Parts: sequence; structure tokens; C-alpha cells
Amino acid sequence: MAENITPAVIQDQEEVKVTSGRARAALPAADLPDKVHTWPYLVRAEFISGCVLLLVLLVWSITVDAPMEDPANPTKTPNPSKAPWYFLGLQEMLVYFDPWIAGVLLPTLIIVGLMVIPYIDINPKGNGYYTWSERKFAIGVFLTGFLGMWVGMITIGVFFRGPGWNLFMPWDYWDPHLVRPLTNIDLPYYLGIRSEMGAMLLGAILVLGWLVGVPGAIYQWKKDHPLMKQLGLVRYGIVATLFMIMSGVLVKMALRLTLNIKYILVIPNILNI
Amino acid sequence: MPPDTEKRRTSLGEIVTNNYVWRSIFRHGYADTPRNRVLQVSANVWLHLHPSKMRRHGIRYRHTWCAGGLTFLLYLCTVVTGVVLMFYYRPTGEYAYWDIKYLDFDVPFGMIMRNMHRWSAHGMVIFIWLHMFRVFMTGSYKPPREFNWVVGVNLLTLTLLLSFTGYLLPWDQLAIWAVTVGTNMARATPLLGNEGPFGPQLGMTPRYDARALLTAGTVVGAPTLLRFYVLHCIFIPIIASILMILHFWRIRKDGGISGPL
Repeated sequence: MAENITPAVIQDQEEVKVTSGRARAALPAADLPDKVHTWPYLVRAEFISGCVLLLVLLVWSITVDAPMEDPANPTKTPNPSKAPWYFLGLQEMLVYFDPWIAGVLLPTLIIVGLMVIPYIDINPKGNGYYTWSERKFAIGVFLTGFLGMWVGMITIGVFFRGPGWNLFMPWDYWDPHLVRPLTNIDLPYYLGIRSEMGAMLLGAILVLGWLVGVPGAIYQWKKDHPLMKQLGLVRYGIVATLFMIMSGVLVKMALRLTLNIKYILVIPNILNI
Repeated sequence: MPPDTEKRRTSLGEIVTNNYVWRSIFRHGYADTPRNRVLQVSANVWLHLHPSKMRRHGIRYRHTWCAGGLTFLLYLCTVVTGVVLMFYYRPTGEYAYWDIKYLDFDVPFGMIMRNMHRWSAHGMVIFIWLHMFRVFMTGSYKPPREFNWVVGVNLLTLTLLLSFTGYLLPWDQLAIWAVTVGTNMARATPLLGNEGPFGPQLGMTPRYDARALLTAGTVVGAPTLLRFYVLHCIFIPIIASILMILHFWRIRKDGGISGPL
């Protein structure tokens, strides 16, 4: 491109040269102009990535056919019946929670929780660049939720769930007659409480303690911390509630998978957690 | 340019481009001058979404992963292939499945249109997650881009709903049961579902609750197919397109691609 430049634009030649690859390497970063032309630099990058993507899509579509099974038959239920793969995280939560929590409350909280992120993360650092050290808490929570829980549960749902929604290794035979004994019990029973009232009381203490008590105690303890003052009570309340619910889901999953705990709090006909 | 310009013969390219008609369409030349570089973007209806100059880091793959742009490209792929499929597909219980079979086996390029539609839809879900991941990791939702993140979360939800409504349309066993599992959860909606907390007390029945609104009946059947078809082809794409316009416009208004302040 530099060879064809007409005399009229000689004064601009310098910029053209500076932004081309070889010359750039010779200059220290601070001497480079801050802005570059969108054409060709960004358009070129978009064009190349778009071409590569379309090529992959085309090859993929030639070699792998979209699935097509027998005609829809409402009288013949397949086992397992799986939701589309991107919803398997929600279906997996049905193992641990009642349908209205797993299928309605938690998805709503995921969407609302994502939407409020910009308004509750008041850390001004890390705006527009990659950093770990300047926003450890935010990134840690996000990675746990997105990679650990969402992507992780989708992986479990796609590869490790078979007939009866039992756990299978990907190489296991899917035995449709396999019966895994259900020995799930409620947490208060596991702890030795036999009366219904006592179980309800302990369950309520645990759940309320988790969702309200722990955040409240931390607020009392760190009330004068500058960060807490900056956050304010309302914002802290939203952060703490969302955080405790998210980690509560993890705790409940761990309790189920290790100790076969079914519920922590049971209020008959009203609420099971 | 060689010094003996006046002796040079006119090339074919000049004959095509150096006339009144051509210049009425393309207002500027292609010579690589800074002015033309700006005009290539600002005088082009598609490219003028971009600023004519941008900060250096914004063009790097490792900053943006191109994930947002590629999500949009995949959306365009689904629109183009989806419109082709609409020529052959009737959303009724007796025809839907066999129309897909017809597409797969008899329509020229029918199979690849359906494959591209399905795989680009899956790709769109993956790329929108990658885009969200990248935007989070660069902290690009921070001021002044808070609201654009909210718009993005809405677009993510709409993308999942688009995929979900499309999942039913082949009308095979995979489709009907995946959607049955998905819509069954609506039964348990608090207040609005017949099995949800306080639903029955408010008069919700299997025929009259949030799930019945979604499936147009008590089971996933032919009325559901029509309902999902209209949602998939008309309703959600229009809402999503409106939000995309807002999303892209806000990028410019909020100062372009985020970067170190």
C-alpha cells in the first residue's frame, strides 16, 4: 500500500507506515498513535473471523446432520426425557429442588442477578481490561456461577444422566431397568430430630440463618469498614442475598450428593427447601 | 503513480468506475488515503455502525474475541436459512414432521439449510455465552455501559427462547419431549401455575394457567406447534432485532469498545 501513495497524501504517509506491522514492532508502545482507522484494521479482523466461522459452520453442516427421530408421539415417553442441552442446567437443578424453585425461581434469579451486576459491582477498577488481582471477588463469583455451576451442570446433564435421571459414566450401558434405592432423608431427621415441629424449627433456623443471619452478622461486624459504607445497606443486602442463594444451591447439591439429604426445611404443602 | 500519467492508457477499471453512474452510487474512490479510509466506514450504511477511528486495543482478537460480532453473524445465518426453511414447512400436526423429511431428502440443498439453521442456532447460544464471559472478564459492564449489559442479558434470554421455541418445530420425539420437560416447569410457577405455590388457591387449573398459555392446551400438541412457530418466526425475532438495534447503538453512545480509561 505504501508504494502507491500519491503526493497529495504524503503528509499522511507517516501514519499509514506507523500502523503497519513491521514498523510498529520497531517503535515503543507509547509512541504509537492511540487511534487507528476502522477501515481496514477492524473491518479486516471482523471479515477474517467471519469467514473462518462461516467455513467451520459450512463444513460442520455438510458432515453432521441435524437430529431427526421418530414422529412426535405423546403416548411414548422416552427415558430419559432431556430438555435442550442449554437448559440441562435447570433440569439438573430439579434433582435438588422442587419444580417451582428449580424451574421458576432460580432461572428468574439468574436473569435478574445478571442484570443487576453493573449496579452492585461498584469497584471502579478493571473497567475495560483483563485483570484478576483488582477484582478477585467479582471474577471469583462469576467463574463459580458460570463455569462451575451453569456449564458444569450442563455437562452433567448431557454426559452423565441416563434413564431414570440416574448418574451414568459416559461409557456405561444405559440400563433402563436400573433402580437406585432412594434413601434420601431430610436434614433434621439426619441430625436426630424426630418431631415434625422440631424439624420445622431447625430447618427454619438453618435456612433463615443462611439467608438472613449470616449476611446480617457480617454487616454488624463490618459496618464501619469503608467498603461496607460505600456499598450501603440496600446494595449490600442484594449482593449478600444473591451470593448466599448461589452458594446455598452449591451447599444443597453437596449435601444431596454426599449425605443423601432431601430437604433442609419442610413446611408441609407450602414450602420445601 | 508513474510520471508519464498523460500517456497511460485508460484501464478497464477506470472505464467502469470513472463515469457519472458509478460515482452516483459510490461517492468516494478506493485509493488508500486517510480520507477514503474514513469514508469507507462513515459513507457505508452497514459499516457506519462502527466509528471511523477506534482505539488500538479494540481491534485485537484477544481483547474482544470477536464474540459479539460473531453472535450477530450467526443470528443472520439463522435468519437467512430460516426464511428458506419457511418456504417448505407447515406448522401443523399432520404436515410438520413430513415437511422436514421432505426438506431432508427431496428439496435441493434442503438438508444443508436445515443443518446450517440448527448448528448456527447452537453456535449462537455458545457465542453469546462467550461474549458475556468476555464482557464480564474485561469489566465492560462498568460505567458508562451498565444499561447495555442489561440489554445484553435480555438478548441472551431471548436467544435461549428462540432456540427453545425452534426445538419443537421438527415435531419428532426429541422435539416434543424436550419441550414437554421445559414447559412442565411452568406448571409450578408461583401464583400462575396449577401446581405452583398458591396457584390452585387463585383458581389455576391445568387448562388455565401459565403452562396452558405457553402450550395452548394441557399437553404439547398441534396448537403448541403453531404457537411456538409464531413465537419463533415472528414475535421473538422482532423483539430481539429491536433490542439488537438498541444494543449496537448503545455501544457507540457509551464510547465504543471498552478499554483502559
